[in-house]
Amino acid sequence: MADATRRDVLRAGAAGAGALSLGSCATPPMAGTLDGSDWRRGHLVRDGKFPPANGAEQQAAILIAGGGVAGLSAAWRLKAAGFDDFVLLELEDKVGGNARSGRNPVSAYPLGAHYLPVPNQEAVALRRMLKEFGMIVGEEGGAPLYDPYQLCADLEERLLWRGSWQEGLYPSSGLTREDAAQRDRFAQEMAQLRNAVGTDGRPAFAIPRAYSSVDPAYTGLDRLSFAQWLDQRGYSSPVLRAYLRYCCRDDYGTEPEEVSAWAGVHYFAARRGWAAGNDGDRELTWPEGNGRLVSLLRDGVSDHVRAAHSVCAIAQHGDHAVVDAFDHNAGSTTRWNAACAIVAMPHFVAARVAPGHASEGRFRYAPWVVANVTVNRHPKGRGVSLAWDNVSTGSDSLGYVVATHQSASGGNGPTVLTWYLPLSRTAPSEARKLMMTRTLQAWQRLIADDLLTMNPDLMGAIDRIDVWRWGHAMISPTPGFLSDPARRAAIDAKPPVLFAHSDLSGLSLFEEAHYRGVVAAEAALAHLAHPFESLA
Amino acid sequence: MVDPVTGDDGGAQPDAPGSLAIILLVSVLVVATCGLIYELLAGTLASYLLGDSVTQFSTVIGSYLFAMGIGSYLSRHVRHNEIGVFVRVEILIAALGGWSGAGLFLLFPIVEDFRVALYALVLAIGILVGLEIPLLIRILRHRFAFRDLVSNVLTYDYIGALIASLLFPLVLVPWLGMIRTGFVFGLANVGVAVASLIALRARQSIGRDLVAALIVLASLVAGLFAADHIQRWSEVAFYGEPVIYARSTPYQRIAITRRGEDLRLYLNGNLQFSTRDEYRYHEALVWPVLGRVAHPRQVLILGGGDGLAAREVLRDPRVSKVTLVDLDPEMTHLFRDVPQLAQLNRHSLSSPKMQVINGDAFRWVRKAAGPYDAILIDFPDPTEFSLGKLYTESFYREVARLLAPAGVLTVQSTSPLVAPRSYWTVASTLEAAGLSARGYHAYVPSFGEWGFTMAAHSRPGDAVALPAGLRFLTQASERAMFDFPPDMARRPTPVNRLDNQALVRSFAEEWGHYDG
Repeated sequence: MADATRRDVLRAGAAGAGALSLGSCATPPMAGTLDGSDWRRGHLVRDGKFPPANGAEQQAAILIAGGGVAGLSAAWRLKAAGFDDFVLLELEDKVGGNARSGRNPVSAYPLGAHYLPVPNQEAVALRRMLKEFGMIVGEEGGAPLYDPYQLCADLEERLLWRGSWQEGLYPSSGLTREDAAQRDRFAQEMAQLRNAVGTDGRPAFAIPRAYSSVDPAYTGLDRLSFAQWLDQRGYSSPVLRAYLRYCCRDDYGTEPEEVSAWAGVHYFAARRGWAAGNDGDRELTWPEGNGRLVSLLRDGVSDHVRAAHSVCAIAQHGDHAVVDAFDHNAGSTTRWNAACAIVAMPHFVAARVAPGHASEGRFRYAPWVVANVTVNRHPKGRGVSLAWDNVSTGSDSLGYVVATHQSASGGNGPTVLTWYLPLSRTAPSEARKLMMTRTLQAWQRLIADDLLTMNPDLMGAIDRIDVWRWGHAMISPTPGFLSDPARRAAIDAKPPVLFAHSDLSGLSLFEEAHYRGVVAAEAALAHLAHPFESLA
Repeated sequence: MVDPVTGDDGGAQPDAPGSLAIILLVSVLVVATCGLIYELLAGTLASYLLGDSVTQFSTVIGSYLFAMGIGSYLSRHVRHNEIGVFVRVEILIAALGGWSGAGLFLLFPIVEDFRVALYALVLAIGILVGLEIPLLIRILRHRFAFRDLVSNVLTYDYIGALIASLLFPLVLVPWLGMIRTGFVFGLANVGVAVASLIALRARQSIGRDLVAALIVLASLVAGLFAADHIQRWSEVAFYGEPVIYARSTPYQRIAITRRGEDLRLYLNGNLQFSTRDEYRYHEALVWPVLGRVAHPRQVLILGGGDGLAAREVLRDPRVSKVTLVDLDPEMTHLFRDVPQLAQLNRHSLSSPKMQVINGDAFRWVRKAAGPYDAILIDFPDPTEFSLGKLYTESFYREVARLLAPAGVLTVQSTSPLVAPRSYWTVASTLEAAGLSARGYHAYVPSFGEWGFTMAAHSRPGDAVALPAGLRFLTQASERAMFDFPPDMARRPTPVNRLDNQALVRSFAEEWGHYDG
């Protein structure tokens, strides 16, 4: 079913493009933009076409290369330790990486990452940040108390299944006895693994991942794919498998056949959110998604940020790091000299600009398309009413999230729907090519068709569709990733060149990026003998 | 049945009735039934939509019969091919008559003068029906003796009338409804046309007429299947009263209906007030609160864009300022600027004491600064998760922050009789937000037994000062509102929080709308 649907979606897209190229102009073009991470600048790095550095060499004790969540978190950690002598260079005009956000007169909206689950007890640094940002507002019985306005309001999720919307993401009607039995068995097995502890005394699966057990009983799952593991365990129910496929694509942008069993299980067995009351399994979310966290992180370090700077080369000179960066506004390359460099870029970029310190390894990335659809009224539908996250079993997209879910009440007014599609069926390189060539109109048509299939009630309600393309949206935790020597080397790097990115965890999660940034910042502080109390 | 081709072919027995003749004779019965059904439909619809059934029926029947006379007169201008004209008349009647029920319902809210549309349709159908019998008599004149022909045609005509007049009130209206009835009899007319065409097919080319007939047939079948949707589109059929104003704003569908003196406001199809008894609701919303506040100077109304609660508040000379927060600018505009509606709230929305803020109360309360001596919360029922947020502990905490130390607030909180768990959830939630709550209820005929929840920083007392001139509340009836018989008595409920929306769930369950 899912196969046919996806082919239909692609065919509809191709047909749409064809119709447009034939000069069909019966309907006026819909408002919208086609945008994405800056490939022109990215490809300049890839092709190495920069003028050599000139002018005076710049100095900073610590230089952070990359202003995504990992780089910003490193900066946050330095600032929290009272350390000020650092600079953060960002390729784009705005920091935030794939947690960036947009805004129009109707609402702010995410361009990528859009929520943060209540962190586990082991995520000490993250909790410190959430307290600082007013998201943890107190304590109750020793557990952190979260601001109810920032926790995702009910109804969180609904699923379009057999023509009607139901609560939750797992189909609850029309299941065979076998479907129900496998669902329960899977839930039970995951609950066991969630509480499992390895021979080293660590939880089998943790977030941040670095706190997980290295007991081979669990890390051995990295050798096979999630699909193979499910087959071995006799999980064959098509309903269960469709749900698990949704989960893999949601968290990794990748099919279960290409995700390691370790990562597949991690999704279900690693979350033990720690909060007062019953809020442990909830999420923090905002209209602009994780853009909220990004802007709070940025506000604390904005004096240190240099945007529109492409880091084009990182090398070690003596005990110092030397970083060349091209300033897109000035049109010239500057050389920075730092006691320590924190390379907070996606690993495939890091391997290019710091070839002496990092190698490409087995890092693979999933491309995504995220569209923000501005509608003049709220979606409806048979069954339960609108939720925050709205998913259809009949679509290859991951459905849509309602940007005003947290901020507004009542009424049926305009809102923004953030629509997600991981291009997981074709090889990533093919998918990227498709992303580059497909026109805005073709994307809009495909997205509108998908939305209207889910919500025919939105006919005539779509005002604009802004499409955002992420060529390398997420790291894919493929089988064997854990034992990749390139990953190990980057994690174990010593000053003056350190690496910090969620790629190193193989999990594209805010928690991982934050952890990697904090750990690298602390290593740099230790290297500079700046006093601090570790949060890691 | 006789083979339609051979039965009427050739001229071996020119005076014997062939299959076409039999079809046509049977069709007299059908067209007579249909003709009367359309007449009854128009008369019923007119009295339903316009009221005064004696006038409506008399004028509709009169003009219909007169139009039939015009049709009979015009039949003399049909000089040849009577059968061809007859078939086309049938197709036209099928289209007009078949769609008449649905069309009149759909037209009612959008046309300027409904009577013009109604009588135009009645005249058109009447003229066409008036053509039928003369044409049929002329077509059949060679096949029957004149004596038999007149007898046959008129007999079938009157039998058809009897069938129609019995079917319509006993079967059609109760079982099919007016919209479907139209379509079903339109199908009968088009059936006559198609049967005649098939019988005719050997004699003349029928292609074009057949296509027209099939198109009409398809539209009627489609209409029949879409009857429920049409019913929904047609607000008249939905509300059961004439709609005098209807408009979709970005936030909701506003409809105002009027029948006689009774004016009603509907939002998204839910009744908000009826002028017959809204004073009961609004006196119960406002005076128990104002009557318990020593110095109500600053009053906040959340919701209530119709200005009726504000009207009550402004009767109190102690009040110096009223702040009203309503989401929909169209609502406050309507009830401020349309004279007929502004009259209902005694122009409360244009009072110099009034400040109207069009915004989302959920966001507004978080930024607002108090204190308010009285707060009246009059939101729509928590039918959706987004509305449920306006009944949560987090929301009430902000409201409590805006409430003066000696201030009192009240919340409209659905029916304690129909939905007791939902009703008492509001009290539990106000208490969880640190307030002291007391429930009370009033009988409002349009709504039934309706509940409110009063809350303050310390328990609101029994003593209440009521102004003179209230129509519903007296000291005694006010006190009685706080008494809950066992079927509405307080019961334990969860606290409604943003992350559990307990109220939306119990509300849906208790009102029986939840189908998730």
